[in-house]
Amino acid sequence: MNRHLSQRIGFGFTALVTLVVVAPILLVVGIIVVRGIGTVNWEFLTAMPRDGMKAGGIFPAIVGTLILTVGTALVAIPIGIGGAIYLSEYARDNWLTRAIRLAIVNLAGIPSVVYGLFGVALFVIFLQFGTSIVAGSLTLALMTLPIVISTAEEALRVVPVEFRTVSASLGGTTWQGVRRVVLPQALPGIITGVILGLLRAAGETAPILFTVAAFYLPRLPSSPLDQTMALPYHLYVISTQVPGMPIGVQYGTALVLLALVLSMNIVATIIRSYFRRRRQW
Amino acid sequence: MEAKINIQDVTYTYNDKPALKDVSLDVPAHAITVFFGPAGGGKTTLLRLINRLNDLVEGTRLDGRILLNGKDVYGQEVHVPDLRRRVGMVFALPLPLPMTIRENVIYGLRLAGVRDGSKLAEITERSLTQAALWDEVKDRLDNPATALSGGQQQRLCIARSLALEPEVLLLDEPTSGLDPISTAKVEQSLFELRESYTIIIVPHSIQQAARLADRAAFFLMGEMVECRDGDDIFTQPRDRRTEDYVTGRFG
Repeated sequence: MNRHLSQRIGFGFTALVTLVVVAPILLVVGIIVVRGIGTVNWEFLTAMPRDGMKAGGIFPAIVGTLILTVGTALVAIPIGIGGAIYLSEYARDNWLTRAIRLAIVNLAGIPSVVYGLFGVALFVIFLQFGTSIVAGSLTLALMTLPIVISTAEEALRVVPVEFRTVSASLGGTTWQGVRRVVLPQALPGIITGVILGLLRAAGETAPILFTVAAFYLPRLPSSPLDQTMALPYHLYVISTQVPGMPIGVQYGTALVLLALVLSMNIVATIIRSYFRRRRQW
Repeated sequence: MEAKINIQDVTYTYNDKPALKDVSLDVPAHAITVFFGPAGGGKTTLLRLINRLNDLVEGTRLDGRILLNGKDVYGQEVHVPDLRRRVGMVFALPLPLPMTIRENVIYGLRLAGVRDGSKLAEITERSLTQAALWDEVKDRLDNPATALSGGQQQRLCIARSLALEPEVLLLDEPTSGLDPISTAKVEQSLFELRESYTIIIVPHSIQQAARLADRAAFFLMGEMVECRDGDDIFTQPRDRRTEDYVTGRFG
């Protein structure tokens, strides 16, 4: 077989594989948009649900998901970045830090429903937060932490070690080197990790199922110890638990969730490329 | 000559492999001391021991003492960042920090807590002048340091060390990546700095060693073979190994 032909077959095959990967995504997005767009209007986005959720809007679910995402971020960002800085910049390579790394990798693989049950046991019952935004945010944060820590640690590690040496040679403490040189350089990567983690949290149903999500609560939460509706759980409820639900409402809700997650993704990309342009190596 | 640094019986192992074997020598103040010899001789290691940059490396063991002004730099009461401010270091590759030219020069001062703007500006100009770079960069101090040429970057790194007014300046093959013109400029500024600093340099060639050395120590496979005045060691070496090296029989 001649080289040009085998190259052409190779290209053709990879193109086909790419199509196999991309086609389902386009199909999913396409179907949701086509079936859902008719339902999404100003009222749908800003009104309370009515008639057993069959009519009205999904405003409390949208707000609930935003609140939970912010709550998750407040917990996961400082702890996650702090942990990553410790592992990358301070921890010596010994059995303890290797055990910590192994734990983080394994935590990332735990099914989300297990996090949900753990959240119930720890936050809802033992710490007596009840079924609340606090308990839900903490549960989501736990699930997000492994992603944030491992991507942030990776981002810190790719900053050349020489920068740390130079900083130390000019009388810098480890922390001064981290704060003034390493961290600014690692920021694009860290932001990526944070957003990836938060996106996963925003779309999850299982961890919030028992810890915060309200089945039907046509008002906004009044305190962090209040329950709230949330988009992924609301979608689950109206798709499986309520008979006679109009299909447009289901797809409309899915479309809003999808749009929310994708727009966060786009914001992340913009932030990342902004910081990357400022990088000087 | 008055000794600024005394290196006494230093043996240094890295993962049980000896990098320096029982090295003793005195480094005179206000002079250029050259550590030379083939690669792997322990020159860079000794340099990094003097300002404790090797503290960052795991699995090492140091015996013997290194005295700066008669005080052990590995002593209990030594504040390491403070020591590194007094003993500056310039590396083989120019390593500007990812910030502007000005921020590079005053980085160490900022870490030390200096905030006075006029003082920072004054030190910026003085150190860049000492490193023979001021005229080339004075109009673009707020440009990124990485936009400079390799030779300029290395002089910036020298200026960055000088900004802290160290007592000792360690230079590890500072001109290895530079063209001859930049090299000459760096060497010229070292001659001028000699009056006020104690300089130790690992040269990138035997010719550079001969040009710069007031005092020179020859290192071979972790041993310090001989240490004498620069004029003597290159013209009439005492040790056979030194002679073989300076006459180009190996290395």
